[in-house]
This record gives sequence, structure tokens and C-alpha cells, in this order.
Amino acid sequence: MKLALNVNGTDRVLELEDRTSLLDALRDGVGLKGTHAGCEHGVCGTCTVLLDGEAVRSCLILAAQAEGHAVTTIEGVTPGPGELSIVQDSFVETHGMQCGYCTPGMVLAAVALLRDNPAPTRDEIVEAISGNLCRCTGYGQIVEAIALAAERLQRSNTP
Amino acid sequence: MTVQLQPPFRYVGKKRRVREDRRFVAGGGHYAADLVLAGMLHCAPVQSEHPAARIVAIDASAALALPGVHAVLTGAQLAAASEPLMNGANTPLVVRYPLAVGQVRYAGEWVAMVVAETRALAEDARELVQVEYEQLPFVTDGEAAMVEGAPLVHPPHGSNVLLDRHFFWGPVEERFAAAPRKLAYRVRWARSSTVPLETFAVTAQWDASQDVLDVWASIQMPKFPDQIARSLRLPGNAVRVHYDVDVGGSYGVKRGIKHAVLVGHLARALGRPVRLVEDRLENMTGGDMQGPERVFDVELAYDDDGRVHAMKMRALDNVGAYAGRSPFQLGKPIGAIVGPYAIEAVEYHALAVASNKTPQEAVRGFGQAPTNYALETGIDKVAAALGLDRLEVRRRNFIRAEQFPYLIPSGTTYDSGNYHGLLEKTVAVADLFAERDALRAQGLLAGVGIASCLEPSGGNSSFEPLLNPMNRTTTWMESCRIHVDALGGITAAMHTTTSGQAHETLVSVAVAEVMEIPPERIRVIRPDSLASLPSNSPVGSRMAIMLGGAAVRAAQKLRAQLLAIAAHDLGVSPLELRYSEGDVHAADGRKLTWQELVVIAHREYFRLPPGVEPGLSASSIYMVPTGGELPKDDKVQMYPCHSFEFHYILVAMDRVLCRPQIRRYIIGHDCGQVISPDVVKGMTLGGIAHGIGAALLEEFSIDAQTGQPTAASFMDYLLPSAHEVPPVEIVHQTTRSPLTVFGQKGSGESGYLGSPAAIAGAINDALAPHGVRVDQLPMRPALLSDLLEGTHA
Ligand code: FES
Ligand code: FES
Repeated sequence: MKLALNVNGTDRVLELEDRTSLLDALRDGVGLKGTHAGCEHGVCGTCTVLLDGEAVRSCLILAAQAEGHAVTTIEGVTPGPGELSIVQDSFVETHGMQCGYCTPGMVLAAVALLRDNPAPTRDEIVEAISGNLCRCTGYGQIVEAIALAAERLQRSNTP
Repeated sequence: MTVQLQPPFRYVGKKRRVREDRRFVAGGGHYAADLVLAGMLHCAPVQSEHPAARIVAIDASAALALPGVHAVLTGAQLAAASEPLMNGANTPLVVRYPLAVGQVRYAGEWVAMVVAETRALAEDARELVQVEYEQLPFVTDGEAAMVEGAPLVHPPHGSNVLLDRHFFWGPVEERFAAAPRKLAYRVRWARSSTVPLETFAVTAQWDASQDVLDVWASIQMPKFPDQIARSLRLPGNAVRVHYDVDVGGSYGVKRGIKHAVLVGHLARALGRPVRLVEDRLENMTGGDMQGPERVFDVELAYDDDGRVHAMKMRALDNVGAYAGRSPFQLGKPIGAIVGPYAIEAVEYHALAVASNKTPQEAVRGFGQAPTNYALETGIDKVAAALGLDRLEVRRRNFIRAEQFPYLIPSGTTYDSGNYHGLLEKTVAVADLFAERDALRAQGLLAGVGIASCLEPSGGNSSFEPLLNPMNRTTTWMESCRIHVDALGGITAAMHTTTSGQAHETLVSVAVAEVMEIPPERIRVIRPDSLASLPSNSPVGSRMAIMLGGAAVRAAQKLRAQLLAIAAHDLGVSPLELRYSEGDVHAADGRKLTWQELVVIAHREYFRLPPGVEPGLSASSIYMVPTGGELPKDDKVQMYPCHSFEFHYILVAMDRVLCRPQIRRYIIGHDCGQVISPDVVKGMTLGGIAHGIGAALLEEFSIDAQTGQPTAASFMDYLLPSAHEVPPVEIVHQTTRSPLTVFGQKGSGESGYLGSPAAIAGAINDALAPHGVRVDQLPMRPALLSDLLEGTHA
């Protein structure tokens, strides 16, 4: 089937099997490898992308269901080659990752949280990432990263 | 002998960004599953539905008839074309191939591999593969597997016992006879694992015009290329493993040798690149990634003051259907069998038993965390029996700071430590006993947990010759090569994969410290295995010590080269020269800058000392600092360095739901000189989270009636989320190791080694007023509420 997807602001037409998940469409169809597969059954959040700004699990959505919506992946929140957004830079500052496998999903969960809640409490941060598993960090430096990002975003004009 | 660099340091121990993070945070990591090769084929395994059965026939004709299906490989076909996988135990009749041959030995075992144009098609096709089985009796419990008449997992071996070693270190019986008090207990550690979020992935490609097999794999496996070559009957230099793959977590389990042999064979046979990326179900059932499953029977001999004088420990490990290296996980804890305590004599009985379960693989700490749990439970029991404070019993038993280096009964010398110091520093943070009593006054169940334990680090593999005298390998090196290009840029190479431990940052900081050049200016690369010096991999909490050591040694050689060049050029002795930030200064004020020295080395041969080769390049193949002696009298020096961690925690739960909540988590941590503070912190926090999983949530449960796994997805095997992991307060102490280049010790397993014991201790303290206790992990709410039922509120 032919499918029109808007990914990171660019319209793309893909030829896919009907059963293709959004995750597989992004990785194999569009060739964006920053979105990772962890469980492919909706638990780990590794595959998180934004659909019209909301964090969703791309393994649970068919690519066809994303038609007509704006899909944002980790590549889409990276300002430019070699550059980092404030949220990404905050993850680096606190070392909010180790192997980096969960990191794109975590960053997107953080972006979604901070869009709606610019000054989250620790509990709110924990709640927002509780659907994203990380096996490396024990979450401590991820929570620090998101708190730091919130603080920096409030002081800056650009997201 | 290593000359140790002394503080103050320029870069070591300073807050600094972790260089790997920049690519990961942008989604720019290069994981094995990201690789796309032209013409690549995809695999899906056919898995056994029975825990034990004879394979009568495999009919793949319907699958092969599907357009786009290229092959269905069976175990018999693969066995004919390859050698069995390496076996660590001395059990030649326990033979293992990547696919089952003739018989399946656990539910989920891979029976055949379907290869097709796409993964989805391979999955469709595997449904069409008909396997005819004849079911056999099976056994899944480790103790039951040892009983006479139990079904044999490997009939030719004649028994299910794969390893049975009995050690006696020191005057055990005398100490037991002399001790006024004894106690005996049993604890159980259930099967869990590290469960990285990335499953195992491997792609292989055979280049027929060069006779070389290229392999990209998410591995953390010593001697990986050698093992593939041996199994596929290839020369060692015909296998090229690409170490620049980023591994999405491992913590021990990403061994992947069966996967790589399988895919390597297929790539060669089909003449197309082949890849295998496990899905989560395949990973958890047939990926051979589950960890130790132990029953400990322990006896302690102690006195009225709570001093423990001797211990007898029997550890029975259910290693599953094949041996591999898993029995060695009973051996590594021998190097810290007495923990931080001055126990004088130990009897240790290590039993590895096969069963019809998924084979076991290495898990963070390589068996140390379960052993620590068993020992810490005993220390708490001694305190309870005497009515003594648990902290006080630990103080009385700790090895004292002035006793180091300290030889333990099993033959390992602990390098350094200050256990009393860290205990006092940690308990000074808060009075958790008072906080516990306040919670109890509110009607909650509350308990304080304490665990003090060691992290042996710097991994040699001395447990191999100790447990299997046929194995005489004692060489465990790590290597680094540094090259300065003609423009003066420094590139350092490490020679293994990395799975989140920031090894590139480690190398850059270590080289920078010696060269006095900022780490940011040093590029770190991971060439392929054919371009690499001998190395192992990030196992045994060894890289800060071993890769750090190799990087420093190589940098020191490079510095010496620069001094020799400058001395010749300036006509003075190198001893009269001073190296500073890349430049070399003579006493009379003359100097050669870094750029001038690079030009001499690369372009002006006439200025080089006679006989000196051009260019600037140095390498080190660094051996474990305690060397590599074979065991003598059943004793051996295990790992060289010993980090210490002291867990002090508060847990509360309500009587009805019995969901333990960690209210405070304080950990004292001493891993010697810290190199990268943020990295060490992350390791410790991650290790604690992993331990929370093992203590409270995670178990690869199995239905004993059917032998079927009942936890095969993230829905029924529960990993801790951000909700379950509390904020952690870390207390630092630095007791330098005398053996290493900066005084560093390992920290890759920190947190995990003591958190299960601490949590178990806290829960038992919470239960104590109700007269019940539990000595098995994980401590799930249902288990706790069943225990409490019928006790008084
Ligand atoms: S991969 Fe989508 S939730 Fe795990
Ligand atoms: S950084 Fe490795 S899983 Fe989160």
C-alpha cells in the first residue's frame, strides 16, 4: 500500500505492507534509525515518537494510522548536524544515559512533558518517564536532566 | 610493576562530559540492528514447544515453497558444517550447537532457522515448518535434577551434575568444633537476568573474493572472533568482527556466540549478508540470556560477641540445558567468599546442575550478587540470634584498614580497604532506625536494610583453571594503541566493543592525563578485530583498571619517545628535560614544541636519533596487575582490586498490599580513585535499580507441570520503572588501590552487588515484629502477604 507520512516536517510517500508498524516504517521505510525497538509489545517505551506533539509508542501504531498526523522522531528534535537542543544538551550535561538505547525515547518523553508542563516537580517527571524503561541508569541522572532542561528552557526564549 | 600516578590530577576525577553521549542523545548511535547491507536476508527461529523431546522429523517444504524464502537450516545440517560451541566445564559429552541436534532440551530452544527476504516473511514461513517431536520426560528444578532417576538432560554425560567441586580453605572443622554458637540457613536466588533493552542482533557477510567473514554484533564477549572461527572451521584471520558497533546494554549477557556462528554459517552458505535480530519473546525464551538460579545452604560458626569464625556454604546453581561458561559463575565469588569479613576458614561446595531450562549466561557480577545475598543474610541472622545491632556485628567482623593487603582463606589478597570508615560515614547521613520507628508508629511495616560487600574488579579469569584444571588460561589482557598523525592529532584505539560504560571517555581521559593534553583533543576509535591488538572485553568490572592501565602505559611510552627525540635534537640527556603539555623544555630555556616534535618524527628523519623508527606510535598490551599464576592447593589469586559498597536503606509497606517501597536509599561507595565521576555515579545508580528488580520483581518463572516459561515478555517479567527506583544518596570514600595506574578500582557492577541483600534485610526487619521472615528472592507482594496472613497486626 502507498502511504503519505509527515515525518519531522517532511512529507514522504512510502510503499509498505499493510501490517507495517510505524516503528518499522520509520526505521526501514524512512531509514531513520534513531527510533529503537525494545519489546515491540508496548511496554518499554524505547520506540517512543511524537504524534502531533504527544508521546506515543510507534511499535503499537500501524504506519497507516499515522497518516495525516505530524510524526516527530529524535532526528526531528535535533536542531542540526552536530547540534543539540536544550533538552538533549541537558541529558549530556547530567550524563542521563549509558548505552543510549532508550535515550531517544526518553528525550522525546521529556520534550512532550516540558511542552505541557514547563516546571514539573520530581514526581511529575517520574510519572512522565515511567512508561519508558531504562536498564542502564536507574533513572537518577535522567530525572536530573529533565529538571535541568526545564530550568534552562524557562530561562531561554527558544525551546 | 606499575608506577602509580599520584594526585593532584588534571583530568582524572574531574566532572567532564561523556563523549559518547553526544551521539546517543541525537539518535546517532550505531547499533547492530541499524546496519543495512545490500541484499541482506533476515532470520526467524523455529522454537521448540517442548522442554524435552526427540526431534523425529523436520518438514520445511511448505516454508521453502513460499516465494522469498531462501533457506530453512536445521540443527543436523549446521552440526555437519561446524564444530560445537565452546564448553567451559570439563564435560565433553555435553555438546552444544546453535540449533538443537536430535533432541530439544528446553522450551524455546531453537530448532531451525528460517531465512527470507524480510523478517516478516521469515516469521510467516516459520509457521509452516512442521517439526515432529517425541516428548521425553523433563526436569526443571535444580535439586530434583540431582536425584537418582531424574530425567537426564544429556544422557551421554550420565548425570545432570555438570560441576561438583568441594573446597576446604583453613581449619573449618576445628573452628566449628571450637565455636560456642552455630547457625544454619537456606536462601534462594531466583532466575533473573540483566535484560538489556536491545535484544541480541548480529549481521554477517561473507566476502568470497577475500575469504573473510565480516560480523557486526551487539556483543560483550571475550575471544568472540576466535570462537566464531573455531566453530566455522575458519582461520582466525578470516573472521573480522567490527568493534565499532554500539551495544544497547549488556551487563554481562550479550555473548551471542550461538547467534553469530549461525548467521556466519548462513551468510557463507547463501552468499548473501544475513542478519538475525531477536524479538523480545525469542530473546527471553531462546536467547540464552538468563542468569544464576541458586539455592545456598550455609552454616556459620560464631562466638558470643558475634564474631564469625568459619563458614560452610553449599551453592547449587541450576544452569539450564547447556553448560557454556555458566558454571564459572560459581567460581568467581571464591575471590571474595568472605566478603568484607575476617572469617578465618571456609568450606565451599559448588554444584552446577543441568535442567530443562534456558541455558544460563553471565550476569553483572558473575555470581557475586547471589553469594553476597547469602552471606549478608547470615550476618543479619547472627545479629538476631545474639540480640545485637546489625551495624555492630558488621563492625566487629570487618577486616580493619591496617590489615591490608589482606589474604583471605581462598587465596585472594584484597588490595586495600577501609570498611569501618565508610560504614561510619554512611550511617552518619541519617538515623534510619529512628525514621523506621516513626513509620511503624504510623501503623506501617518498616525496616532498615544493611549490606556491606565487595566488588572484585579487574577481571582475570582465574576461576577457570580453578574449576576446570584442563583449562590453563591465565592471560587476561586489555590493549590500547596510540598514534600521532603528521598534523599532531592524537588517536587512541581500544580493541573491544562497548555497551554503555563510556570507554572512549575513559581512554581519552587516561591518555590526556599522561600527555597533559585536553581529552577533547584525543580521538578514540574501535577498529575491527583484524586491526586490533589482543584484548578481552568489558567483563569482570575490569575496564577502568585494564583499559585505563593500557592507555596510560601506551601514553607513557609515547612520552618517552618524545623525550628521546628532543634529547637527541637538543644534544642533552633525556633526564635533563621536562615534558609539559606536549612541549619539551631543556634546563637552559630551549624548548621543542609539540608541533616541532611531530615534524621531526614524521618528516625530518635527519633529526631523529639513530636507529629510531619514524612516526609517533605506541601501544600496550596490559596484563592484570596481579599476574597470572595457576591455582595451587585449590587456592588462587582471583581479581586484583576490591571496591567496597555499604548499603543503608529504609523500606516501608502497608500490611494489606505488601508492596515494599524504598523510602531512603543511602549507599557508601569506595572504588578507589574515580576517573569519570558521572560515569561511576551512573553505574552505581543503574546497579541499584537492577538489584531492586532482582529483589522485588524479576523472575523467569516456569510452569513446573509443563516446563513452559511463564515470563516471556515485559508484561510478565517486570523491569523496574522510574516509579520503583527511589532517589539515591551516595556517600564517597576513596581508598586507592596500590596496584593500578591511578589508584582506581572497578565500578561496573557497583550497586547491584549489595542492593538485593539490603532490600531483603529491610523487608525482614519490617516483618520481624510479626514473627515471620523470608529467605528467597524476589520478594513479591503475594509472597509477603501470604506470610503475614494470620499474624497479628
Ligand atoms: S518497543 Fe515499543 S514499547 Fe517497547
Ligand atoms: S541508557 Fe541504556 S537503556 Fe537507558
